[in-house]
Amino acid sequence: MKLVKETLFEKVWNAHVVASPDGDVPSVLYIDLHLVHEVTSPQAFAGLRARGLRVRRPDRTVATMDHSTPTRPGGLALADDQARAQLAQLAANCKAHGITLHSLGEAGHGIVHVIGPEQGLTQPGMTIVCGDSHTSTHGAFGALAFGIGTSEVEHVLATQCLLQRKPKTLRVTFDGLPPAGVTAKDLILAMIAKLGVGGATGHVIEYAGAAIRALDMEGRMTVCNMSIEAGARAGMIAPDDVTFNYLAGRPHAPRGDAFDRALRAWRALPTDDGAVFDREVRIDATKLEPMITWGTNPGQGVGISQPVPDPARVTDLEARAQLESALRYTRVEPGQPLVGVKVDVVFVGSCTNSRIGDLRAAAKIVDGRRVAPGVRMLVVPGSAAVKLQAEAEGLDRIFRDAGAEWREPGCSMCIAMNGDQLSPGQLAVSTSNRNFEGRQGKGGRTLLASPFTAAAAAVTGRVTDPRALLSEEARRSA
Amino acid sequence: MSAPRFTTLTSKMVKLLDADVDTDQIIPARYLKVTDKAGLGDALFADWRGREGFPIPVRAGEQILLCGHNFGCGSSREHAPWALVAGGFRALVSTSFADIFKGNALKNGLVPVVVPSEIHAALRSIDQEITIDLDACELRAPGLAPVRFAVDGFARRCLLDGVDELGFLMQHLPAIEAYESR
Repeated sequence: MKLVKETLFEKVWNAHVVASPDGDVPSVLYIDLHLVHEVTSPQAFAGLRARGLRVRRPDRTVATMDHSTPTRPGGLALADDQARAQLAQLAANCKAHGITLHSLGEAGHGIVHVIGPEQGLTQPGMTIVCGDSHTSTHGAFGALAFGIGTSEVEHVLATQCLLQRKPKTLRVTFDGLPPAGVTAKDLILAMIAKLGVGGATGHVIEYAGAAIRALDMEGRMTVCNMSIEAGARAGMIAPDDVTFNYLAGRPHAPRGDAFDRALRAWRALPTDDGAVFDREVRIDATKLEPMITWGTNPGQGVGISQPVPDPARVTDLEARAQLESALRYTRVEPGQPLVGVKVDVVFVGSCTNSRIGDLRAAAKIVDGRRVAPGVRMLVVPGSAAVKLQAEAEGLDRIFRDAGAEWREPGCSMCIAMNGDQLSPGQLAVSTSNRNFEGRQGKGGRTLLASPFTAAAAAVTGRVTDPRALLSEEARRSA
Repeated sequence: MSAPRFTTLTSKMVKLLDADVDTDQIIPARYLKVTDKAGLGDALFADWRGREGFPIPVRAGEQILLCGHNFGCGSSREHAPWALVAGGFRALVSTSFADIFKGNALKNGLVPVVVPSEIHAALRSIDQEITIDLDACELRAPGLAPVRFAVDGFARRCLLDGVDELGFLMQHLPAIEAYESR
């Protein structure tokens, strides 16, 4: 019998410690996969050049263009000069160092956190980093995946390692199954609302419980993606048959005997019975409803039938001031549910919710309906492969026929640095991950929600409980 | 490579007390289309500069930002500390910082000092200069007993001695090669 009981995180961490120097020096942690995009890498490559260094393991480095790329058909020609220069710099850096780059318009192109899993690059037990806080997405496979700054991007390019302190562990258990129409996005928004935006700082979260086990890989990615919105360093889910079935046959997944060998190692990864976490949180999934945010951070969310908090009822002066400041910006009414609030824009996309299942969910609501007059709906697939699949299923037709815009893959309106953005004052229901002030365009206001809830807002023109628009059959299969 | 250095700093504080200030506020995404680190000072809090009495851009000599809880949450963009440094800051004082931001700040010689909430409350009403002493891990302010603060020991050593972190990491290349070949 094994004496030391380890968590999933500890197993992955321990397997990647290259050196634990004495004294006060952090561990040297080996990185299996380094994902790179145009925004957070140019200064790192410049640093390498200044030192006369090469990328040490181009074979463990994969790049894509996503943040500053236009999503209107027409490609690079539509990017502004600065974005074009940044994208050209990435292409030059990848060429100089022999790094695989998925350029705009190519079959493998897409949002970095969509294409990694899609191509089978993301695998259980790996360490994965990227200069992007939503790298936590890859934890859905039982990988330890986290966002890093550009200095650390340079460190990984040069050494394939990082100096890291071991984070603490937090297990969030979702007990029971959520009601029909309540999705992965609602689970994670509910958790962030409970913990707060700084609630998991210093921790790696492991998501557990019946509601997590019942999710497909795309739902698990949505959950892990937003770990950072609670301040967590990473989010992880123990791999199981759902994970292994997803991986089998993907281009970069092991094949044949190698797959069987990998499988034996992957099956040993889940947290041992009796392993101890630094913290535990439990959430009753059976009591959840579709979630929506009302404020200016992802922790400011409520169940769709619940009232927005009222500052008048908050006694702590600082908490009240923060509440008032958020409500001043979003201009939603305190003490009332958001249902019925008029919507200008609906965005379905981002590394949180742009996979095929997300588009199918939105299409279920939009099918046979029209985008409400005066509402702009953008549907932006997460990758070229997702786009192709959606078109093969006729989802693009459903969206176009309803009056929505069907776009090329990219980060689009999640980050508003590529031409897709809100105008000042506009209110969006968005499937993305951040409702910070101006995140989707200066002066724009964002309500975060699931693809169901976003699509329901698009066709009614108002914040709407999507369950009213879902057929019994659709709700059950969601 | 020249690594950033920090020993002690004496300066007045600029106060920005909102909680949960995210890196999209520190530097909005539209300023991230650069390929170098130049000129980011003008982008610092670009969308908050219209607020009445907003303290940024700072006056000469103001190098410490007293900020609210969970400062720097959100995106991993290192442009946030680059912009703060370009905007004149060398230290931040709060009750907590977001993880990625804190690591990025330390790598740029921008020292995040975590103090208990009662000290933070006291600092709010101090307008004179305060001193941040990284060697002693001590914050000294008029009318307050010296406040000890904790900072990552390795990052502290790097800043005091001007150690280049990547150079340090590269000393482990033999161990990295051994790890890869096992």
